[in-house]
Order: sequence, then structure tokens, then C-alpha cells
Amino acid sequence: MTGPMIALSALLSHWARHRVQAALLLIGLALATALLTGVQAINAEARASYDRAASALSQDKLPRLVAERITVADYVALRRAGWPVSPVIEGEALIGGQTLRLIGIEPLTLPSGVAPDIGLAGDPTGFLTGKVILSAEALNDPRVRPAELPPGVALTDIGVAAGILGPEISYLLLTGDRPAPPGYALIHPATTDLSQLTESFHLNLAAFGYLAFGVGLFIVHSAIGLAFEQRRGMFRTLRALGLSARALTGLLLAELLVFALVAGAAGVVLGWLIAGALLPDVAATLRGLYGAEVGSGLTLRPVWWLSGLGIAVLGMLASAGQSLWRLGRLPVLAPAQPRAWGRESARAMRGQALAGVGLIGAAAGLLAVRGLWAGFGVLAGLLLGGALMLPLLMAALTRAGQRLPDTWARLDAGDVFINEQLALRRGLAPGDRVEQGVIAGIYPDYGNPMPQVILSWDRHRALYPLPVLRYALITDIPAAEIRAAFPRVVVEDRAAIRKASVAVFERTFAVTAALNVLTLGVAALAMFASLLTLSSRRLPQVAPVWAMGLTRGRLAQLEFLRTLALAALIYGLALPLGLALAWVLLAVVNVEAFGWRLPMLLFPGDWLRLGMLSLLAAGLAAALPVHRLARIAPAELLKVFAHER
Amino acid sequence: MLSLTDVCKGYASSEGRVTVLDGVSLSLAAGETLALTGESGSGKSTLLHLCAGLDAPDSGRIEVAGHPMGRSDAERAALRRGTVGLVFQQFNLIPSLDVAANLAFQARLAGRHDPRWQADLVATLDLGSLLVRYPEELSGGQQQRVAIGRTLAARPALVLADEPTGNLDEASGDRVMALMLRLVAETGAALLMVTHSPRLAARLDRQVHLRGGRLT
Amino acid sequence: MNVKAIMLILMACAVSAPASGQGFAGLGSDAGGFEMPRPGPFDFPADHGPHPTFRIEWWYVTANLTAADGTEYGAQWTLFRNALAPHEAGGWASPQVWLAHAALTTATQHLAAEKLARGGIGQAGVTAEPFGAWIDDWELSDHMAARGEGFAFDLALHATGPIVAQGDGGYSVKSAAGQASRYYSQPFYAASGEVELDGKHVPVTGTAWMDREWSSQPLAADQTGWDWFSLSFDDGARLMGFRLRGATDFVSATWIGADGRPEPLPPGALRLTPLRSTTVAGREVPVEWRLELPAKELDITTRALNDHAWNALSVPYWEGPIRALGSHPGRGYLEMTGYGGTK
Repeated sequence: MTGPMIALSALLSHWARHRVQAALLLIGLALATALLTGVQAINAEARASYDRAASALSQDKLPRLVAERITVADYVALRRAGWPVSPVIEGEALIGGQTLRLIGIEPLTLPSGVAPDIGLAGDPTGFLTGKVILSAEALNDPRVRPAELPPGVALTDIGVAAGILGPEISYLLLTGDRPAPPGYALIHPATTDLSQLTESFHLNLAAFGYLAFGVGLFIVHSAIGLAFEQRRGMFRTLRALGLSARALTGLLLAELLVFALVAGAAGVVLGWLIAGALLPDVAATLRGLYGAEVGSGLTLRPVWWLSGLGIAVLGMLASAGQSLWRLGRLPVLAPAQPRAWGRESARAMRGQALAGVGLIGAAAGLLAVRGLWAGFGVLAGLLLGGALMLPLLMAALTRAGQRLPDTWARLDAGDVFINEQLALRRGLAPGDRVEQGVIAGIYPDYGNPMPQVILSWDRHRALYPLPVLRYALITDIPAAEIRAAFPRVVVEDRAAIRKASVAVFERTFAVTAALNVLTLGVAALAMFASLLTLSSRRLPQVAPVWAMGLTRGRLAQLEFLRTLALAALIYGLALPLGLALAWVLLAVVNVEAFGWRLPMLLFPGDWLRLGMLSLLAAGLAAALPVHRLARIAPAELLKVFAHER
Repeated sequence: MLSLTDVCKGYASSEGRVTVLDGVSLSLAAGETLALTGESGSGKSTLLHLCAGLDAPDSGRIEVAGHPMGRSDAERAALRRGTVGLVFQQFNLIPSLDVAANLAFQARLAGRHDPRWQADLVATLDLGSLLVRYPEELSGGQQQRVAIGRTLAARPALVLADEPTGNLDEASGDRVMALMLRLVAETGAALLMVTHSPRLAARLDRQVHLRGGRLT
Repeated sequence: MNVKAIMLILMACAVSAPASGQGFAGLGSDAGGFEMPRPGPFDFPADHGPHPTFRIEWWYVTANLTAADGTEYGAQWTLFRNALAPHEAGGWASPQVWLAHAALTTATQHLAAEKLARGGIGQAGVTAEPFGAWIDDWELSDHMAARGEGFAFDLALHATGPIVAQGDGGYSVKSAAGQASRYYSQPFYAASGEVELDGKHVPVTGTAWMDREWSSQPLAADQTGWDWFSLSFDDGARLMGFRLRGATDFVSATWIGADGRPEPLPPGALRLTPLRSTTVAGREVPVEWRLELPAKELDITTRALNDHAWNALSVPYWEGPIRALGSHPGRGYLEMTGYGGTK
């Protein structure tokens, strides 16, 4: 073995003697990597599904013409009048034993590159003569051929669709830059853009991933800090025995790299498992909320390995940076004295506090700036600033939300309501004017990417004399009676809709709850790692108290109470920080990103539960270090006096 | 083997600048043993650290084995690996390596591990029964015997020892001292030993006393 | 949908049906069940309409036009019928696919457009009596009208002479191996109306020529393309001549007297010699030709009104108005396919 390898093996021998620490480091980094990779994998898989949908069914991006009823003769009449339209017959159909969204297209009138390349996917003659149904599903039907399509979809010639769903055309795609012909209403395609619609959901998932990653890094930071603390003497000895500072730093980097790669690899596999476990729920949520189809199969892509290992290495470096930097700056002789290390730590702490003030100041300054990145800046500034300097985080961050006036009467008078999206986009306030009338109020519109205006029936008819496409009446008559009286009328039961919505949201929360538990678990592990570090650092302070006559059991008891008190204190400080973060997310980031705002609701009951959980987690995390203290060999305490560590 | 010419060293403190070494000159021939005595805080350890290249003098010249002390950290680390061996008051063994690995450590680091010489050292220092133990399981005297073995295993030309028996009771101290002197003589190394004990100092070839930053 | 891919496959079906199909010629159908053309008299007016049991068919009109200020124009209106199966059916189930090309050419501009439609639903089709052909808003009846990006034309057509059967009484042989089509022309149209170019409407008058052809296997396997001339001479006579390029070139022509009487010329009687080529859309295309027909003491040079009359459509080819100089001055159209071969 060469010199550097000897030194490296000496550094690594520490971990063999401190397996819990090594495990913490690996688990922390692996969990951090896993959660981030997992969430990114879920998002990537979902987005890939949308892309497949978008490229396979890019007719969804064309504007649609709709009317109460479109016959083949209507379509031909439009074509013969020179309108660039292409018919689609679409509906749910049972094919090969499975209910699918069957889309019948007329390939000859679709512009180039709109529908999938049927010329390559099969034979055009077969498609045009109705011998082919394209689908990604394995269906028991001889006409079905595999194609890169979103799940649950079958694409076929319009003739086949007409045979299954009936001859009426569902809608016409407008393939040229023309207005709607008389008698038809134009629907712009933005409303069906899945990636836009689902973006907030993915942003939330990603935020979870990054949060978990950050917490995971705290574990790594603690474990590394502890390992550096414990090896101070070894570092000094190695330096004294002839290892240069640069060589030592290089070896420590190599050691960290080994850990990062091992933990990263474990994290990628774990992340894949997490993503695989969560994806069905995510897919169900996306389907329920947005009608977006996402396959539940997950492939371990090579790019995951790259990004996962990269994330692990970067995270490791970020966590170890402080320790390495301190090591590099300390003179050879200084690490022998805890006070030197402590002085360095104290200086760093003051710096941190200052940085915290600066970050929070910057965050407050950014509040005045509009824009999504400014919003993220505020978030990052608050999170980091708060973490660095917890007690200063009590900025008054409240803003009165706008309320919808409770006067519907103004609608009848010809005024309009606009949604928040429109108000924010155009900077409108009640009293301003839009094309449809004077704004009487602004209403919140969760989840809608589009601007919207509500106006009275009379006003609508005056402005848009087009035929009305959809009627909606709200009645108190039971649905069954209406159905019996008007068989062709679609009756939707509000209770049923509500039930379905609640089910969808429950599933959303199943995903969030799962991520919540994982994140909390990671956080508890982080706390455990810090307390372990702390307990070894505190030995020199505990020893004199022991020498003065306090029993080890009593010392342990006091340590335990101290930990709980500390947890309670931090909880008290973290709560306002959390609320401030929530407010920034709801009132700044969400508004900038999606144009709508969620009301901020407070749940004191949850705070209480969280407080209990925090204390419980702190107690559990403190149990092992305290237990160790209670049974520590007096010789260990004596060592504090015997030599200056 | 070792030559100091007009070496000065001071530190900044809360009461202003404190001069520790004020023009120290000293020379040590190959194979010679020299005791450096002085009161606590007289600068003995500082002088030793300068000789080991663990610290740099403010002014003056230090030569080891005929070469001026290197300026860079890497050069001085190489000096410690190859030419100079250190024995500390606190033993400074690597806690996560067993005795055998600790013993061989510096020789391996210097790239001159010699199993036969190592075996001789184990026999001389009577460490045969302790090879698979870890430092925390050893007494102070045992630990210091391992530390001495570790230093001499690399066959340094110059051994610098800082109160090697300072943490030991008199009986084990005497035994460790005897072993160290015997091995230093056996390998022909020069020895500069810092001690506050006149009794131990008397066992070396020559004695110098440090007071007020100057040698007397 | 990749229209180009469809078109390539459709056209491939149409123009290079397997040579083995010839073996079934005697039985009157090929391997795909399509009917094979047979010699015999035409059945008008039914033959003005579509023949869905044949693989491919076209209604092809080209017009040489002049504005009041002497500016020359060329207009093309073409409807192809491609059958995916040898029958017709109502509604979406129809296996008939319609393809149309329209183009307007001046000395400096050439604009072309394309349309695709399926049969069975009325979006495109042809009726024999009264005659009418259409696809979307393009029409051919007693007038021809089409519009594309930046151009449009609407021309009234008035026949001043009889319909002319090409080849052997309308049976036009296309190769030494016997590939053939049913082929007749109306080369005596007087055209008047207006063209629209870049938003400007210009009244024009001139002559037009309609070709009607249907077949199931018009080309031999080795034939890669053709050069096709239709010429109206100032003295009232007409000439149709084509060269099918293959392992050996196959040249055929019909001389049409001013009275409309056709004289089918034996293979090789007409000599076609390219004189000058130019690079169009990255391909070398001959745009100046010498035509010799010793039997009629004809020796002319043809020049394109616009060398770059390139129809950059799903099946790209050269189609543009030409002028004849020499023994028999006149105007006409030239179509050249299969050049360049980047496919």
C-alpha cells in the first residue's frame, strides 16, 4: 500500500469503529437522494406521459369548433365552402374488453405532423380502410396495433369510430388561421394543455423532494460534523506524522466521495422504489384532478443514476463544506485544543447569524419584486435565513385578501366578476373595466390556468349571440325524476360530484401524507444525528458537574429534560417560520406561478399535534445518547480531566 | 543533524505581542542526545515544533540533516515523513487502528516498512501480547511504548520527543525512557528531548536550558 | 399524419404495380383485384365520371393564358383518384382517396397547392352527367376554379372542338411490355376568366387542354419518370407526346389535326432531345427541348415560361407552360416527373 492509501485506510478505520455514525451518514444521504430522485422520477414519468400524449395527440393543440350537432353533411359543407377543418369522432368505447377513450381522426385533412406518423406506425392503407386501431394498451382485438400513445387511449380512422360511437362528429379541428364559421363556437386549445394544468401539482411534489433533500443533508452535516470532531486528534497525528494539509484534505474528499457514491447508489434504488410505490396514487390523482393519463409503470432510466449520484455528491460536498473549510484553515497544532475548534465554531456561528439577517432582509426586499423567481428567492431566503438565525424570524407578513362582494345583484345590472388569474395578469381591480363590463368583484379560482369572466345570462346573450352550447340549470328536483322525464338530458348529481371530488382529493393527500411521513422520519433521524454529535461534544461540560457529585442517572435525566425543553423552544420558533413559508408559498409563489391564490387557513389543532410529535421525536432521538450518558464508564468522564482531549 | 541559528518566534495575545524565542541558536550532531529543559511556558514545546516544521519561525534559520527547513507545508510534511520522528506527551495514537497497525503506520507512510525491524521493535518494547488491542484498551505506558515504536519503525535520523514520560508514573516513565534511549542508540538517531525533569535530562549526552526565550 | 408518406405509398401503388400483374392482363384484373384497361370504344358520358375499379385515374387541365397587357400565365388544375380497394362504398367506408393539385405560373412566379380528401362523403368526387369534378372548394365543370396560398383562378371553359381518343382508340400503350391506360383528351378548350396573384385580380383569355386517363398499372417496373408535352400550334393543330424513361425509353405521340382528327404515331416517330437543363429544387431538370416529327415536317424548340415551375408538393414534379419556336410556333404545357431521385 502506498502512503496515501495508508492514510486513507486510517481515516476510514474510524467508520469501522463507529458504525452507527457511518450508518447515519449513509442513511441520511441515501434518504435525501432517494426522496429527491423519487419525486423527480415521478414528475419525469408524468411529464413524459404528457409529452407522449402531446406528440401522439397533438390535435389536442388545435383549436376546436363545436356546435350542438355536427353531421358529416355539415362537415362536407364547410370543406366545400373552403374552411380548413378536420373532423373528430371521440368517445368512450369498449374495445377488446377495456373501456378506452376512442379517438377517430380523418388523417387526410389533418395537417402534416399533427397525428402520429401512421405511415410508419402501420400501413396507411390499412388505417384508412378501418383495419387498424392504434393503442398502447394490450387489447384483445385483432385490429389493435401497438403505438406510442398515452394510456387509456385508442386512435383509429374516423370511419371505425363512427361505426362504434355513431355518425355524429364530436368536434372539428380548425387547421388554418381562420375565425369560427357561423353557427360554430371556437374552443381554444390551452384549456386542454395537461402540462400547464398539472404544473402546480408537480411543483408541490418537487418542493417536497427538495425539502426532504435539505433535511437529509442536515443528517449528513451532523454525521460529518461528528466524525470530524471525533477525528480531530487523528488529523493532528496524521499531520504530525507527515501528511500535508492538502493531502489530508484530498483524502477526506476522497473518503466523502466514496460515501457519496455508495449512498447515492442506494438512494437511486430507494428512490426508484419510492417512486414506484407512489406512482399509482399520483397517477390516480392526476387522472382524477385533471383527466391526465399517466402510466403506472416506471423504468429505471440511466439518467437517474447520473443525476442521483450527482445529487448525492453535491449534497455531500455541501454538507461537508463547512467542516472541510474549517479543517483547511486550522493550523497544524490547533485541532489538538477543543477551544481552538470551538473558537472557530463560535466565529462561524456569528457569521451564520449575520448571514441569516442578511438573507431575511433580502427576502423581505424581494417581496416588493414581482415574478416567480423573486417568489422562490423569498422562499429560499426565508428558509435559509430562518434556519441560520431562527429567533429573528418574526417578520410581520400579513396581507388582506380580497373578498368577493356578496352582491350578485350587480351581475344583473350588467357588471361582471373576473377571476383572480385575469385580475393578476392584467392588474385589474374592482371598478376597472374589461371588454364584458365593469368589474364588480374578483373571485378565487383554484387550479384554473385560464382567465375567466362571469357575466349575467342577458349580458352574455347581448355580447355573444352564438348558439348556446351547454345549458346548466341548478334545481332542487331529484336527479332521478329529471332523468325519467328527460332521457337525453345529462343530469349530474351535486352530491355525487362532491363525493367524487373528495375521493380525488383524498388520494392527493395520500401522496402528500406519504411524503410527509418520509420527510418527518428523515427529520427525526437528523435530530438524532445532531444529538449524538452534541452529546459527545458536551462531555467536557458534563464531566465537572459529575465530579461535583451529581449521579450519572441524574445527569442523564437533566440532559433529557434539557433536550425536550430545547425541542419545545425550537418548535415555538419554527412555527412562525413555517407559517411565513406557507404564506409566501400561497400568496407569492403560487400567484406568480399559476395566477391563483389559495386562502391561508390556520389549524391550531394541527399545531398542537405537531408540537407533541416534535417532543416525541426529540425524546426518541435523545433516548440513545441519554441512555449512553447514564451508563457511561466513569473512566470516560475521567479522561476529560486526565488529558486535554 | 540539527542546527538552529538565531531563531525568533512570538505570538499575538490579548496583552500584545509575546516573544517566546528570542534568538535561539543550537546544534545537534548525528547520534547525539540533547535534553531541553525549562519552566512551563518557557517555549520548549514551541522550539520543538519549529524543529519538526509544525510551525515556522519569525526569523532565523533552521537546518535539518543539512537542508534548510522547507517553506511549504508539503516540504515540511515530507521532512516529518522521512527524516524526523516525533514522540508526544499525549502519545497520539490513531484510536481506530489496532496496535500492530499503529506501529507500522509511519513506516508505511514513509514507504520503508521493514517487517523484521518491526518484529525486533515489538520484542524490544514487549508489545507482542498487545498487537490486536486498540489504544483505548492500553495503559499510558503501553501507549507510549507503541508511540515510540511507531516513530522508530521509520528509522528517523532525528527524534524529537516532547515530555515523553509526562503522562506516566515514575516507574513506567523510567522504563519507557530506557527503551527509547536504547532504541535511539541502536538506530544511531539524534535525539532532542523536551523535559522539565532534571533527573531525566541528566540521562542524555548534553543539556540546555531555556529561560526568557534564550538558551543558557 | 404524414401525408407525404401516404402519398408516396399511394403513388407507388399507382405507378409501379408489380410487373407480374401483366400476366393477369388477359383476365382483366391484377393481383389486387383491380380491373385492367382493355381496348375498345369509350362509353360517354359515363366515362367522364370515375372508374373506381381501376387503381388510378385523373382529370388533368392545363391552360395557357394571356392578360390584356400581354403577360403570360399558366394554370394547372388536377384531380387524382387513388383506389385503396377496387370498389366504391358510401360514407367513411369508401376506399377511394382523392388528391388535387393546382398551380399558377408566371415568368417570375410559380405557386402550387395540394388537397387531399376521401371519397364516399361528398367532400371530393366526379359526376359524369352533368360533368363536375370537385374537392373542397376547388371545382372543374364548365369552369375550373382553385385557390391556394397567394393565388387563385376561376376560368370558364368552352370546347371548340371534339374529344380526342389517344393511342389506339383510347387505349394508350405505355411500355414495350404492354402496360397501358385508357386515355382521352379535350385539347380544344377556349378559356376566359381571371387569375388572382398576390391579391390582384387579372382578366385573362387563352386555351386549355384536358387529359383524362385511368389505369391500374400505367408504368413498367423499370420506368422512373416521364416527359409529357401537350402543344397547341398557332395553325390549330395539336400534338401530344411523351417519353417514359426506363431501361429503354418509350416514346409515344398523337398528332391532332385542326379538325380534331387524331393520328396516332408509331413508337419512336417523335424525337425528343433535351437541349438545356437548369437546377430546380436541387435537381437537374431539362427545361428546353427539341422536338422533331419528320412526318409532319415539324422541328421546334420549346422553352419554359418559367424554368422554376416546380410543384413542391407531397409528390414533387415539374409542371409549367412552354412556348414552341420553329417550324410550328405555339404554346402548351410540359410535365416532367422522376427527376433528381432523392425521392
